[in-house]
Amino acid sequence: MDAERVVIVGASHAAAQLCGSLRQHGCEGEIELIGDEPSLPYQRPPLSKALLSGESTLDDLLIRKPEFYEKQRVAFRRGRVTRIDRASGVVELEDGAVVRYDRLVLCTGARARRLELPGADLTGVHYLRDAADAAAIRSGLDGVGRAVVIGAGYIGLEAAASLRKLGIAVSALEMADRVLQRVTAPEVSAFYDRVHREEGVDLRLGVGVAAIEGDDHVTGVRLTDGDVVPADRVIVGVGVVPNVELARDAGLAVDDGIVIDAHGRTDDPCVFAAGDCANYPDGRYGRRLRLEAVSSAVEQAKTVAATICGKDAAISALPWFWSDQYDLKLQIAGLSGGYDEVVLRGDPSTGRDFACFYLADGRLIAADCVNRAQEFMFAKRAITMGLAPDRAALTDPETALAELLRAPSVVAG
Amino acid sequence: MGTITFIEYDGTTHDVDLVDGASLMELATTNGIPGIDGDCGGEASCGTCHVIVDAEWTSATGTRSGEESQMIEMSPECEPHSRLACQLKACPSLDGLKVRLPEFQM
Repeated sequence: MDAERVVIVGASHAAAQLCGSLRQHGCEGEIELIGDEPSLPYQRPPLSKALLSGESTLDDLLIRKPEFYEKQRVAFRRGRVTRIDRASGVVELEDGAVVRYDRLVLCTGARARRLELPGADLTGVHYLRDAADAAAIRSGLDGVGRAVVIGAGYIGLEAAASLRKLGIAVSALEMADRVLQRVTAPEVSAFYDRVHREEGVDLRLGVGVAAIEGDDHVTGVRLTDGDVVPADRVIVGVGVVPNVELARDAGLAVDDGIVIDAHGRTDDPCVFAAGDCANYPDGRYGRRLRLEAVSSAVEQAKTVAATICGKDAAISALPWFWSDQYDLKLQIAGLSGGYDEVVLRGDPSTGRDFACFYLADGRLIAADCVNRAQEFMFAKRAITMGLAPDRAALTDPETALAELLRAPSVVAG
Repeated sequence: MGTITFIEYDGTTHDVDLVDGASLMELATTNGIPGIDGDCGGEASCGTCHVIVDAEWTSATGTRSGEESQMIEMSPECEPHSRLACQLKACPSLDGLKVRLPEFQM
C-alpha cells in the first residue's frame, strides 16, 4: 500500500479499532494517534453506568491495553488539532506542532449539547460525555442528597439509575410526554417509565426548564410553570453535537456530521472519518445516518482501515446498541425509525423482561430486548436476513425463535 | 506465565502470553487477534467474542453460563463447547489452552 503515514485524530472507540484493523489489513507504515484527553481510548458507555456508580475505574475501561499500541506500533500524541491543511497534507496542533499525514482519519466524536439557560454554568451542573465529566460528577457525591437529571433519553435514564444505586434522590425532567420518545415505541417508554418510578425516581414528563437556580452552586431547577425542583447536582443529558468544525474549516462536506461514502471516505480521497462524527449512507435502511454507537464506530473503522489498505469494503454491519439501567440489560438491534407495527414477546406492563420487535411492511427492522439476550441475537440475524416473521410465532413464548430463522418467510433482498 | 493459542477460522494460529485474571477476550484484543472485537468491552452484551474451546480443555474451562448460551445459541456456528471469550478468565491451570474462532462473529 502507498499510505506510509496514517494519522488518526481523536482517541475514540473508532480510533482503537482502526489501529488494530490497519495492521490486520497489512498497513506497514507509521500510525499516529492524536487525542486531546490524557487517556488512551476508553469505553464511553460505562461512564453513565459502572463508572458513575463507582464499580469501575478508568483503567478498567481502556478499549485496548497500552501493550496493544506498542505491539501495533502506534504512537500516541496528546494534543488538540486546530487545523487541517489538506494542500500540504498536515494537521496543526494547539501547541504549535505540525504532523504530516498521507492518510488522515477523523474520529472526532461528538460533544454534549449545552443548555442555554440562566444558571447553566453554575457549579454542580454537569454534562456526561467524557471521563473528566464522570470524575467531576463522582467527586463530592457523598454529600449529595438530591440530584436532578435533565433529559430522559438513554444518558439521562442511565445516570438516574446510577445515582439511585448510590442512594441519591433523583428527579428526572423531560420535555416530551414520554421517556425515550425519540428512539422507542410507546410500549417501551411505558416500561421504562414504570421501572424508574418503581425505583424511586421522581419522573416529570412534559415539563420545560426555565433556569438553573443558585448563587455559585446549584440549588435547584426552575420549571417553566414556576415550580422549583431542589437539587445539589444537575446532570444534563439532552443529546450531542458532532465535532465537525475541523472538517468544515478544511472545506470538507459536512451535513449533520462529516459526510463520508460507504467506504468511509470524505470528498478528499486522503481523508476519512469514522464514528459519532461521521454521516454515512446506510444500505440496509436506505438513508444517510449519523449514529452514536460503539457498533457503528467499530464497523466504520474496520471499513476505513480496509479502504486505506486498498481493499474493497463497505459499511454494512447492522447497528446495535445497549443500555444498562438497574437490573435491566437493554440490547437494541437495528433502527426502529419508520416502523409501522410493533410485536411484543413478553409483557412489558409487568415484570422486567420482554422484547419489542419493530416491523415495516411485515419485515423485521429493529428490536428492543430487555433481559432477553436470545431475542436480541435472533433479531440481529433476522434483520440481516431480511426476515418477515410470522407475528403469531414471534409473540408465542412456546415458539423457538431459532425455528423462525429456518422458516421460508425470508424476503429476498 | 503460560500460553493460550487462538486458532483463526482459516487455521492461522496465534500463541499469546497467558495473563492470570485477564479474560480471553482481553488477551485476544491486546494481541490484535483478527476475528475478536469485543465491542461491548466484556459485558456479554454483543456476542462478538465467540470462541470454541478445544474438546480436551472443556473440563478445565467449565461450561458456558445461561447468559452466554442465550447469546451464542442463535449463532449458526454454535458448537457444544462454544463460549464468549469475555466470560472465560485465564488462570495458570489453562496454560496450553487452545480455542478456535468461528468464521463470523454475529
